[in-house]
Amino acid sequence: MAKNIQSLERAAAMLRLLAGGERRLGLSDIASSLGLAKGTAHGILRTLQLEGFVEQDPASGRYQLGAELLRLGNSYLDVHELRARALVWTDDLARSSGESVHLGVLHQRGVLIVHHVFRPDDSRQVLEVGAMQPLHSTALGKVIAAYDPVAHSEATEVELRPFTPRTVTGGAEFESLLDLIRAQGWAADVEETWEGVAAVAAPIHDRRRMPVGAVAVTGAVERVCAGGELRPELVAAVRDCARAVSRDLGAGRF
Amino acid sequence: MTDAHTTGPFIAAIDQGTTSSRCIVFDKDGRIVSVDQKEHEQIFPKPGWVEHDAAEIWENVQEVVAGAIVKAGITSADVKAIGITNQRETTLLWDKNTGEPVHNALVWQDTRTDALCKELGRNVGQDRFRRETGLPLASYFAGPKVRWLLDNVEGLRERAERGDILFGTMDSWVIWNLTGGTDGGVHVTDVTNASRTLLMNLHTMQWDDKIVQSLEIPPSVLPEIRSSAEVYGNAKGGVLDGVPVASALGDQQAALFGQTCFAQGEAKSTYGTGTFMLMNTGHTPVNSYNGLLTTVGYQIGDQKPVYALEGSIAVTGSLVQWMRDQMGLIKSAAEIETLASSVEDNGGAYFVPAFSGLFAPYWRPDARGVIAGLTRYVTKAHIARAVLEATAWQTREISDAMTKDSGVELTALKVDGGMTSNNLLMQTLSDFLDAPVVRPMVAETTCLGAAYAAGLAVGFWPDTDALRANWRRAAEWTPRMAADTRDREYKSWLKAVERTMGWIEDEES
Repeated sequence: MAKNIQSLERAAAMLRLLAGGERRLGLSDIASSLGLAKGTAHGILRTLQLEGFVEQDPASGRYQLGAELLRLGNSYLDVHELRARALVWTDDLARSSGESVHLGVLHQRGVLIVHHVFRPDDSRQVLEVGAMQPLHSTALGKVIAAYDPVAHSEATEVELRPFTPRTVTGGAEFESLLDLIRAQGWAADVEETWEGVAAVAAPIHDRRRMPVGAVAVTGAVERVCAGGELRPELVAAVRDCARAVSRDLGAGRF
Repeated sequence: MTDAHTTGPFIAAIDQGTTSSRCIVFDKDGRIVSVDQKEHEQIFPKPGWVEHDAAEIWENVQEVVAGAIVKAGITSADVKAIGITNQRETTLLWDKNTGEPVHNALVWQDTRTDALCKELGRNVGQDRFRRETGLPLASYFAGPKVRWLLDNVEGLRERAERGDILFGTMDSWVIWNLTGGTDGGVHVTDVTNASRTLLMNLHTMQWDDKIVQSLEIPPSVLPEIRSSAEVYGNAKGGVLDGVPVASALGDQQAALFGQTCFAQGEAKSTYGTGTFMLMNTGHTPVNSYNGLLTTVGYQIGDQKPVYALEGSIAVTGSLVQWMRDQMGLIKSAAEIETLASSVEDNGGAYFVPAFSGLFAPYWRPDARGVIAGLTRYVTKAHIARAVLEATAWQTREISDAMTKDSGVELTALKVDGGMTSNNLLMQTLSDFLDAPVVRPMVAETTCLGAAYAAGLAVGFWPDTDALRANWRRAAEWTPRMAADTRDREYKSWLKAVERTMGWIEDEES
């Protein structure tokens, strides 16, 4: 059994001390309660403060728990908040691309469609909100698996089932595909899930740069691709949309 | 990709709203090219009084027009027309020689004319002018506000009788200033705005002499009533110098127009803090016996006017805000859907948010809100569901009233506004109405309506069919609920509504 890390134990003790009721404690109170030298206690408090777990009241110099702890407690982004923020941008993407737009999040080993904008022609279409898509073959699934470590293990722990002859089913091949997606910042699905259908997806990040979902344009392969390649202006439009939604969620420019 | 939309020509729409003024530049496909927006101050001199500084509003309008043109990277030569839409009923009087307002504008929510409206009803009551105007005598409408100003601003009546004073709703104020103000500005209003004054006769589309006389308003203050889509004049000065000012529509009517509800029986509902539902009833004004308003939908140039029935729901989005801010059940408005989706149904609970009485179709000021059907089984998730269902049932009640008054069944409901991002609400709405609910791709239907009307007036678009072709369906929800479930649930809702009535005793109200 490896020896426990003493400074982490001390940091945990400080957080517990500050969490007991409505507390603001000075440095000497904290140091003496935990039997530490002031200098040692101060070093740990400063580190916790930099991480946002502890805040120092500028007037009294006393310490209290930081906002970051609250965020850890409810860190998930409400998917309906995500849809509300994405509404204008996804409408515009559908309008400018002429194709349907989907917004997806990781859910139980797959991609849950949380928002769907119809292709802007007058054809009959069915709202696909609530539907599930596979992680390893769709553009949404692959881009989520590339950026979200939880999705990555969900995708790779199971057998990669073929849907069409073009579905990537080899583990090593899939990993290098994810590397490529991370390098280029977007994912594609050209007839890997449905015959005749192609899609482009890009990741959406929240204010802490955590991947929270992805946005995709989906359409007939003849329209989404040109000369065997994905149309670059379509890729740019999807990435612009993902960036705009991320900015609305508080992510910095990137 | 059709990203060639920066190559014009364009239409600029000005939306002079209750909390802000906006300008949006649209291209020929009805896509948004640029937006600029600025809020103005809400002035509350006394409880129940709400005013706006009209000079500030005109400043802001000029700023956002310039802002939107700069953001679009275009010049006045690229703009074929300017369209106006505005907060309805908000009332202003100004001096035509100086261009200065004689008082802050009285905003539609302002209730200072409550007592005056009761007095004006005499022995007939609030329906005294309904046959001519389609409206009940209520404090929202502009006519009584004009009377209040004439009675309460010192010396104003004399100045008005000398012919120095002009009256207008915000459309008139913006158009008069845009077209030159004291230097030849045109003093006009459109039929939709005029239909909210309690002064216009719906059958003649002119000021009703008798009513104007009853309210003791000097006729010289009244603007000329024009159609909603025609060139009123050209902009004089400013970034859009020389561009035709070619439409005016009240905001809800503009949304009806932007949603391309051009056929009889087509309806739109805008879901914000409150909800406004309008149904096109064709070329005849339909009297309401079910508590709705009869109003003008729009009039294009010298074509026949199109009328509408209007029903409003006071509390919809604001109920979700109340759950967030007063009850603390959710942290953000969007979370109501997460909470409500965690259960299959309402668990037997019904929430009737009659916070300040029941409005259309009941009009019961003695009612107050209730949550009915509570048992120990009910959780906060069931209440969240009941909150969303309240908006859907209230829409159903308005739609039923519209069907009764017009004899036309609702075939589909076009929706817009912030709450349309709530998927569960939209599905519930479709289930309760037993009709498809359709969301268009451009959320800014109000500005789009003003742009469309202006574009029609100058030939930018040939006809309403071309506008229909621009309309794009972004989503559609279809009914999934079994008829017997719907009937049973509606019965329970109506029972809950009954329980709100008579809460306030006579002497309290």
